[in-house]
Formats: sequence, structure tokens, C-alpha cells
Amino acid sequence: MLLYTILITVALLEFVPFLLTVSNSFKCLPAVQSNPQALIPFPPFGVNCRLPNGASLPASATSTPITFNPSLEGYQKILQFNLGRWFLNSIIYSVGVTILRLIIDSLAGYALARIRFFGNRVLFFIILGTMMIPGIVLVIPRFLILKELGLLNTYQGLILSLAADAFGIFLMKQFFESIPKEIEEAAFIDGANRLTLFFKVVLPMATPAITALAIFSFQGTWNAFLDPLIIIGGKAELFNLPLGLALLRGQFGDTLEWNVFLAGSVITTIPLALVFFFFQRYFVQGISYSGLKG
Amino acid sequence: MTTSKKTKRLKKNDNLVGYGFMAPALIIFAVFLFIPIFFAIFVSFTDWNGISPFRQAGSYQFVGFENYYNLLIKQGIRQKDFYNSLKNTIYYALGVVPAQTFFALILAVIVNQKWLRRKGLFRTAFYFPSVSSSVVISLIFMWMFGKGGIVNISLSTLFPTYDPITWLNDSRGVFHQILALFGVTRATAGDWVNTRLATLTLWDWISGPSVTMLLIMILNTWTTIGSMMIIYLAALQDIPEQMREAASIDGATSLQIFRKITIPLLTPATFFVVTLGLISTFQVFDQIFVMTSGGPAKTTMTIAYGVYQNGFRNSDMGLAAASAFVLFVIIFIFTLIQRQFLKETLD
Repeated sequence: MLLYTILITVALLEFVPFLLTVSNSFKCLPAVQSNPQALIPFPPFGVNCRLPNGASLPASATSTPITFNPSLEGYQKILQFNLGRWFLNSIIYSVGVTILRLIIDSLAGYALARIRFFGNRVLFFIILGTMMIPGIVLVIPRFLILKELGLLNTYQGLILSLAADAFGIFLMKQFFESIPKEIEEAAFIDGANRLTLFFKVVLPMATPAITALAIFSFQGTWNAFLDPLIIIGGKAELFNLPLGLALLRGQFGDTLEWNVFLAGSVITTIPLALVFFFFQRYFVQGISYSGLKG
Repeated sequence: MTTSKKTKRLKKNDNLVGYGFMAPALIIFAVFLFIPIFFAIFVSFTDWNGISPFRQAGSYQFVGFENYYNLLIKQGIRQKDFYNSLKNTIYYALGVVPAQTFFALILAVIVNQKWLRRKGLFRTAFYFPSVSSSVVISLIFMWMFGKGGIVNISLSTLFPTYDPITWLNDSRGVFHQILALFGVTRATAGDWVNTRLATLTLWDWISGPSVTMLLIMILNTWTTIGSMMIIYLAALQDIPEQMREAASIDGATSLQIFRKITIPLLTPATFFVVTLGLISTFQVFDQIFVMTSGGPAKTTMTIAYGVYQNGFRNSDMGLAAASAFVLFVIIFIFTLIQRQFLKETLD
């Protein structure tokens, strides 16, 4: 019983902030300010956000703990800040990076797991070692190189730099090593070459690992902030959602209209929430492929 | 004779095929990881401003170890800022890493119990925050912990005497506050607190994180417990049930089993969790950028945020690159220390 109490308390602490965010994103500004704790902004709990003459209710209108009718004010306002474009950009970056990583990581992971080429072990440890390098160490020279290549403030620039991903290679290698060798060897004797073997026999067996990698990549890129800030931070049409929201918050300074930012937060989170709820078990599996069992 | 020839040819072929498969990864890694590292080392020995084209003559001067010297040794604002951000970063990491590891372990052990129902639901609730964007979470926390925000409202309702804290703008050190409860202040603590160590007084060093930094630490712990818990869960599922059963037949209590069997068997997972935790907390950046920009009174200034400010705001890429490398070395040292520490406590 005690354990259930602990679990339920922690679960509430972890989840209620999201519920509050969603409900407050549908309130008008005075309601967010005077009564953030109300979870349900609907009648019969609510009063109108608009005065009878159509003007919006001033923030000072009430301080009594009553709720307000739902309002789309926050969503309407945040969409005026080019949020639609940032949303589209986030999709472009996430899909682009995911596709690139799937190709690069599965090829490299397979080679490291199965092909005994010269320098195999050394390369593996070098790639693994790059995971220790802080991202902040890399942004300065990446900025420099992309500038030299003329890729600063371009879609390609960000997608290519995020495609280098040691974790994915590691994950794929670990997974390929867990597949029994005999299946490949049988096909090998039949005369298939490595590339056909890889695409026809090995990859189909790796679907769970590939799904996990795809989800991790999509999620990581969707949430990326530091690299976008440095690489595409100079051009508002190229922002992804987190960068757009963060820089918008900077523009607003200390007087944030919270329903607007909460609406932006909800829009940023919904695609991830969908991916998460549909593919949850792959997140969990992905973590267990990545080494602890290897 | 023929077999060795055959293997030789196959081996040669393996090299070709192997590097063929590796080629896309190697090209991307070379351009965006390996070359950048050497570039960064080079930049840290120059006074490049980050704006003028690097290849243009005279856009930078080679300055040797000057950036490192200014950062670590030479008295001045740069040294002071660096050690201040080092102090903040260390408090941050040493607060968050044990907290997230401890909570993750406890939760994982509870969720792993056989009798527990609705496991999936709990796992989802715990894990969801770590899937979300750090920027979004920072915004949500800013909103909840605002002066008139929901946290202060709730605390005031629960404790009528509670004096609302301005969570986002409170530079008081938490340890200083605790000491003050026992009547120890800068004035009463004795002269030794004014001794300077690397430009900061000892009193400054023992400040603890500021209240605002504590908020960001809570945020980080809150966010990461779930993913760390999943790592522990994966490891727990590998522990054979028979081991625990055998111990319990031998009369061990569940607490003994937990301490003598479960925890030692989880060491690889703990090593993984703590290493991940150290690497990410030492680099804390997004939350600082969104919530505080290093304030109030520079108490949330971290090394990573300092790198960004020096390099991209104050146009001093050389100094920024140098501090980034110092950070890398610090992370490396801390990882080694924790490895040794974990080994010793277990042996």
C-alpha cells in the first residue's frame, strides 16, 4: 500500500504539470493569471472571457477562484508568430535526420558487428568515445566549418551535422551482434554478396532496432536546441519549434503572456506525445538493446 | 596453401566491403566530429572573434596558451567568471546526479515488483517528461514557479505562514540560508571565510546553489528520473528471480536482498546512469538559456552557458573554445573519479 502511495504521488507530480499546461493553454490571460489551478475551463465552472460588449476581460477583472470559459486566444496569438512554419521545419529536420541516421547507422553498425576489416575495433572505440565529447565543445568548430562550406543557416547544414550520431551506430552494432550468425552464413554460401545479404536478410531481421533508432532520432531532433541555435539561429524562417519558442520568450522579456506560451508548448509536445504513446515499448526496448545486455 | 590464399582474398575483400559500409558514417563523422575537434583545439590557441572569415589573413592571431591562462590563472574578470561558473556547475551536477540516480533506482525496484498492477501506466507517467523538449519543460516550470504562479499559490494554501519565494530571481545561496538558520553568517563565521581560493572567497565557495539554481536542479531531476528508471528496469529484468528466491529461503529480509544482491548486480547500470548524468548535467545549457540567462547575480551561470556567451555574444571564440576544452577535461576527470568511487564502495 505504501509503495502504491509512493508510485501514485510521483506519477501525479510527473504528469499534472502537463495537464495544467493543456488546460491553461485554453484559458484567456486573466484566467491563467488569477486561477491557474483550475483544471477544467468549461461550464458550469466557467465565466466568460469576454465582456458583454465583446471586449476581452481585463486581467484585474477578478481574483476570485472561478474558472473561465475555454478560449483559443493563446493559440490564435502564437500562430501569428510563424509557428506553423516552425512546425513544418521541425518535421523537415526530424524526418531528414532520421532517414540519414537509419542509413548511416545501420550500415556502420553492421560493418562493426560482422565484417572483420582492418581497424574495426579501433574505429568502434573512437566512435564510442565521441559520445563523451560535450556538444558545447563541438558547436564552435561546427559553426566554423558550416560557415566555410556556406551551409550556415540552411536546412542541409543542420540536418547533416545532426546526422553524425555515435549512439545510433552503437545501438545497431549491439543489435546485429545479437542475431545468430548462421542465418547469414547460410545465405552467404548461396552466393549472395554482402550488400544483397544486408538488405535482403539482415535488415528485415533488425526491424525492432531500426524502429527504436527511428524513434530516438525523431525525438532527439525534434527537441534539438543547441545545434539549431548555432547553425540556423540567424534566420527566423528556418527555426524549429524549441528554438522559435525560446527566442520568442527572449523577445517578450519578463512579461510573458502565458496562455500564448503554453499554447506553443502544447503544439510542440503533441507530435512527440503521439509518437510516444504509439511506440512506447520501442523506447524501452531500444534502451535495453543499447549495451546493458551486451 | 589454397585455403590460406582463399582466406587472404576474403580478408582483402573484407577490408574493401567493411570500409564501403563504413564510408557514409566516416565521412559525416570526419566533417562534423573529428575535424571540428582539431579545429576547436586550434581556435582555443587564437584570438579569433567568430565573425571575420577564418581564412582571411589577419582575422586571428595565434596567442598560445593565453586563453587558458586568462581563464584559469590570471587575476581578472574572466578568471572570476570562470571559477564562479565552475562552482555553479559542480553544485548542479553533484546535486542532480545523486538525486536522479537514487529516485530512478527506487522507482525501478518498485515498478519491477511482480505483484504490481498497471505497470505500463506508471512507466508512461514517469517516462513522459524525459521525452519532452527541454525548452517546453523550462517554459512550463517558469510558469508554474512564477511569483504568483501555481506553486506559490498551492504552498500559500497549504502553509498560511509561507512567504512566497521569487523562485526565478533569488540569488541567495541555499547553504548560506541553512547556515543562517544556525546563526552562522559571513560576519559570525570567523575570518577564515574571507580567505581567497581561485579569486572567490571561501564564503562564496560554500554558498551552495542559489535558490533559482535549485529550481533548475529540481527541474532536471524531475525530467530525467523516468529515463534513468527505464535503464534500471532493463537491468533489473536481467537479474534471475532464483537468486532472490534462494536468498529469501536462506532467511534474508527483502532489505538485505536489496542491499546485498540487487544493488551489486546493478553496478553496470549504475555506472551507465551516473556517467550519463554527469555528462549531461555538466553541460546544462537549454534551461539556463530559456529561464535565467545566467542570472540572478550570475548564480546560474554555467560553464556551457559561458562558452555560448563568450563565443557567440561577446565575440571571443578563442576564450570560448578554451573553456569548452577545460569543461571536457573536467567531465572526463569526474567520470574517472566516479568509476573509482563505485568500484571501491562495492569491493
